[in-house]
Amino acid sequence: MLTPKNNANQMRTRILVKIVEKFLNNRFEDADRIPLELRPKGEPFNRCCIYKDRAILKYRCMASMGFAPEDEKDELTSLKEYGQTALKRKTHADNKLSVITDACSACVKSRYMVTDACRGCFAQPCQVNCPKQAISIIDGRSHIDETKCIACGRCQEVCPYHAVIRVPIPCEEACPVGAISKDEFGKEHIDAKKCIFCGKCLHSCPFGAVVEMSQIVDVLKLLNDSDKKVVAMLAPAVIGQFPGTVNQLIGALKKIGFSDVVEVAVGADITTQNEAAEFVEKMANGEKLMTTSCCPAYYKAAEIHIPEIKPFVSHTEPPMYYTAELLKKEQPDCVAVFVGPCLAKRIEAERNPNVDYVLTFEEVGAMLVAGGVQVMDCEPEEFAKISCAQGRRFPISGGVAGAVASLVEGKADYKPVAINGLNKANIKLLQQYATKGCDYNMIEVMTCEGGCVAGPGCIALAKKAAIMVENYVKTGADLKEKQ
Amino acid sequence: MEKIKVKICCGTSCFVMGAAQIQVLEFDPPADIKDKIEIEESRCMNYCHNTAAKYNRGPFVEVNGELIEEANFEKVVNKIREILDGTKD
Repeated sequence: MLTPKNNANQMRTRILVKIVEKFLNNRFEDADRIPLELRPKGEPFNRCCIYKDRAILKYRCMASMGFAPEDEKDELTSLKEYGQTALKRKTHADNKLSVITDACSACVKSRYMVTDACRGCFAQPCQVNCPKQAISIIDGRSHIDETKCIACGRCQEVCPYHAVIRVPIPCEEACPVGAISKDEFGKEHIDAKKCIFCGKCLHSCPFGAVVEMSQIVDVLKLLNDSDKKVVAMLAPAVIGQFPGTVNQLIGALKKIGFSDVVEVAVGADITTQNEAAEFVEKMANGEKLMTTSCCPAYYKAAEIHIPEIKPFVSHTEPPMYYTAELLKKEQPDCVAVFVGPCLAKRIEAERNPNVDYVLTFEEVGAMLVAGGVQVMDCEPEEFAKISCAQGRRFPISGGVAGAVASLVEGKADYKPVAINGLNKANIKLLQQYATKGCDYNMIEVMTCEGGCVAGPGCIALAKKAAIMVENYVKTGADLKEKQ
Repeated sequence: MEKIKVKICCGTSCFVMGAAQIQVLEFDPPADIKDKIEIEESRCMNYCHNTAAKYNRGPFVEVNGELIEEANFEKVVNKIREILDGTKD
């Protein structure tokens, strides 16, 4: 995916930087200045006026502190008060994605629209081909009756003037599982029971109306508590997400208060070994299919939306699990913070007592920015445990299946396929594979197109990050030789 | 014709605030400017320390020495096109 970040994404990073800055300066004493500082008087605004911009910014700040827009009991509660409440809480906020109702533009529901290009022709193929008689000619132009239209798209296909356009609702279009939908006023809402935390709605909303509850304040608090040992577990997708080398990043993270830094790719090597062993065993037992389990959004989707595929999902734990297990064995008193590209890891952490917090690269980036740390100037340090090439390639589509392949070789017949990006069509495909069978026996599923390097919490360009990951893979030892 | 020099600041602050995304110019530049630019990823150019507003004005990009504040892909491409249009006459 080669779309650079847009204003809405960039603003989220700026907000996070401000939140860290206000925490470091005076523990949120003047947090209410953030909307004013980000939208100063006299500068251009995006919504109807500067004041609405600022009001929405306040909601976005709240989410960065872990409060959902719907948590608001009194509109006059200040950001300072929210900040102080966040500093007092013992556990992080409930993980969820929310829509800021006042920022949601309630995109038009009608999916097909006749534009000015309609010439009101004699042939009227749109009207003739409409299966629901939804099209009539009003004032010499085609008109679609929204109440009858079933959005089949026939009128668009047959119009010789290309006068019919399809107007999508970006968030609904992006959500692979139908978890986001309109209320009676046209505003979008996320159904927590259906949400798989992929973050696609958050990225696709052109109004920046979707927010996610951050744990950044909770971690900041611990990093600045000298009694606490906070350890960062860096997801394999970390390569290329920051300037400098990953070894310099270890030094940089220690500067902002982490006591130790470990590589989750080490856990990915264990996942590879266990998943390969599980595959060989299952095939020997005559099973027809196995899918990977390490993508937490896919895992959740399989659990609640694709019951057909669920029996085939691998029981091997994801890399974060093994990494946290090793870490807590060695440092039982530490606070384990997973740092990655993924929002769904937050729900995976809920079922793992060894993982205390989950941050995104963007959130850690904001900490480095506000802390004034230049990664490129930091002293490089080595990881205590070094990962192998197999584990390092996990964040790229095809990486997990490839890693498992290297260990299955010669022990079982291996026919892999990669589902690169979970969308509505690929969910149907998975259902078919499970019920009707397929030519493959190993399915790797990654919810983000391109793999974790394209995750919603990433800083770097997916394509560039993928190249950097491949280079890092080349410097790693072969797991086969290590066994 | 001499190529237009695009210097993208890749200090931590600029990188995180969006410079990383401007690197799309290296992989997928618009066809009209593709052969006319030379990209350089720079270490921190110290603009973040010099401006009163600090990192809030980043990411910083220099196009033929001219500074673009709060740079994004569009702003940089527009500046390149502006220079190209100017040299045509």
